[in-house]
Amino acid sequence: MPTENAQGELLKVTFTHPMPYDWSIGLYGSRFFQEIKENRRFIGIRCHGCGLVYVPPRRVCGPCFTELTELVPLSDTGVITAFSVVNYPFIDPNTGAQRPIPYTYGYIRLDGADNIFSHIINETDLNRIRVGMKVRAVFRETEKMEGNIQDIRHFQIIG
Amino acid sequence: MDNAAIVGVAQTKYERRKKDQIFADLVFDVTRAALDDAGLGIDDIDSVVTVSNDFFDGRTISGMAVGDACGGQDKNISTVSGDGTFGAFYGLMRVLSGYKATIVVAHCKGSEGSLPLATNGMFDPIFQRHLGIDAISSAAIQANVYLTRYGIREEDIAQVSVKNHGNARRNPFAQLPMEITVADVMKSRKIAEPLKLLDCCPISDGAAAIIIAGEEVVARCKTKPAWIKGVAHCSEDYLLGDRDLANPVALRDAARRAYKMAGIRNPLAEIDVAEVLEPFSYMEPLWLEGLDICEPGKGFRMIDEGVTVMGGKLPVNPSGGALSANPVLVAGLARLIEASLQVRGDAGARQIKGAGTALAHGFNGPCGQSHCVWIVGGNR
Repeated sequence: MPTENAQGELLKVTFTHPMPYDWSIGLYGSRFFQEIKENRRFIGIRCHGCGLVYVPPRRVCGPCFTELTELVPLSDTGVITAFSVVNYPFIDPNTGAQRPIPYTYGYIRLDGADNIFSHIINETDLNRIRVGMKVRAVFRETEKMEGNIQDIRHFQIIG
Repeated sequence: MDNAAIVGVAQTKYERRKKDQIFADLVFDVTRAALDDAGLGIDDIDSVVTVSNDFFDGRTISGMAVGDACGGQDKNISTVSGDGTFGAFYGLMRVLSGYKATIVVAHCKGSEGSLPLATNGMFDPIFQRHLGIDAISSAAIQANVYLTRYGIREEDIAQVSVKNHGNARRNPFAQLPMEITVADVMKSRKIAEPLKLLDCCPISDGAAAIIIAGEEVVARCKTKPAWIKGVAHCSEDYLLGDRDLANPVALRDAARRAYKMAGIRNPLAEIDVAEVLEPFSYMEPLWLEGLDICEPGKGFRMIDEGVTVMGGKLPVNPSGGALSANPVLVAGLARLIEASLQVRGDAGARQIKGAGTALAHGFNGPCGQSHCVWIVGGNR
């Protein structure tokens, strides 16, 4: 098959090789994934200034600008606060794999946390998903966990 | 504030793919056109701000690649990412700090990289990027929060697309002038619930430039100046999960400070035309709420009530807005250019008759993390 360049007067150059990175997850981020592996639950962090619990845990509370140190174990459940059934393909920048479409991107308030966590919900039927529904995290088998966000396979509606 | 003005503006036509021009070609064209518009030469410019994004351009320090094309040789060049309104803000700061005239140039070729991957790159690589979130799916989440909060119907936000694509028919720079109906929007392809294809902006290539000058240079320009009356920006939390996506608090803060600087007490009554950055249909009513032009939850009624349509009390996006062309790095600067043309009386077929005060709005970051609000006026 002739290339586009062979056909046209105006030419182009194509780069397809990825540009790799090696990001550090940091102390609290690492703790978040270790908690999933060890106890199959989430962990957040509480601000002593305003009392808010953030998940995933981080070092600073934006509104208070204070250092956070009090890790707070949470459960594996939460509530859907928003969602979108996505109908266009996405190439995972980590694996190069394409996620099957449609898939549902969820905006989930984990029980015990004050901010919102995002992940995939395994329900794409609009008649069966609503804001306010309870969900539970479905984790990978412990021996297959890699210490990254894919250790959470998805969230599942439980009522 | 009344000692700096926008004295020259230029835009390319926005198109899906400009295969005959590289970034620097686009910047060269708009630089010369903005100088011509102002009646200035490159030697009158003593400060340069470029607007570009390294992920979009696929090169590090992307602003360096357009330095020659914008007359930056032997001048002080800085690059600001974002939508162009933030670059313009920095350009204004340069003028207020003593430079005589700053040219602000923005370019974007959405056609050349992968927009899903480039906008996925906005997000945290440890917790979010693997999930596929990008500009569109994050907007879909914001739309879901906003529509759910106030019981807004998808048909209500579809009206924005109908209005703005219709307005684009009077804008020779627009990429997608279209005569469509709410039914057309509703039956267009589902992209990410609740957004359909026609609720979303197109992928665009283009460039734009403005010249911001202090009083001494303003007096020498051939074009009627658009005086900068007020401007402010504000940012909120990075992580979407830390924000209330249906309550644009950073926009409200920026707007109130810009209004105060401009001496505006009642924005709906005192502003004649507004250009707001709405790459997704639901954003226009949400941003109007943040701009205090209507109450929270009432933005979607503004078209039905005839307020924001051409001929209404406050026409919004006579240009067709970002729904009709969204060269991301340029799209906010285009709003400021359109507002300037309106108060100059040079907006052609999309001119709002007698527009004396215009608002331009831009934002940067997913779901409007940072907002920048400008008020320009035709009279000092």
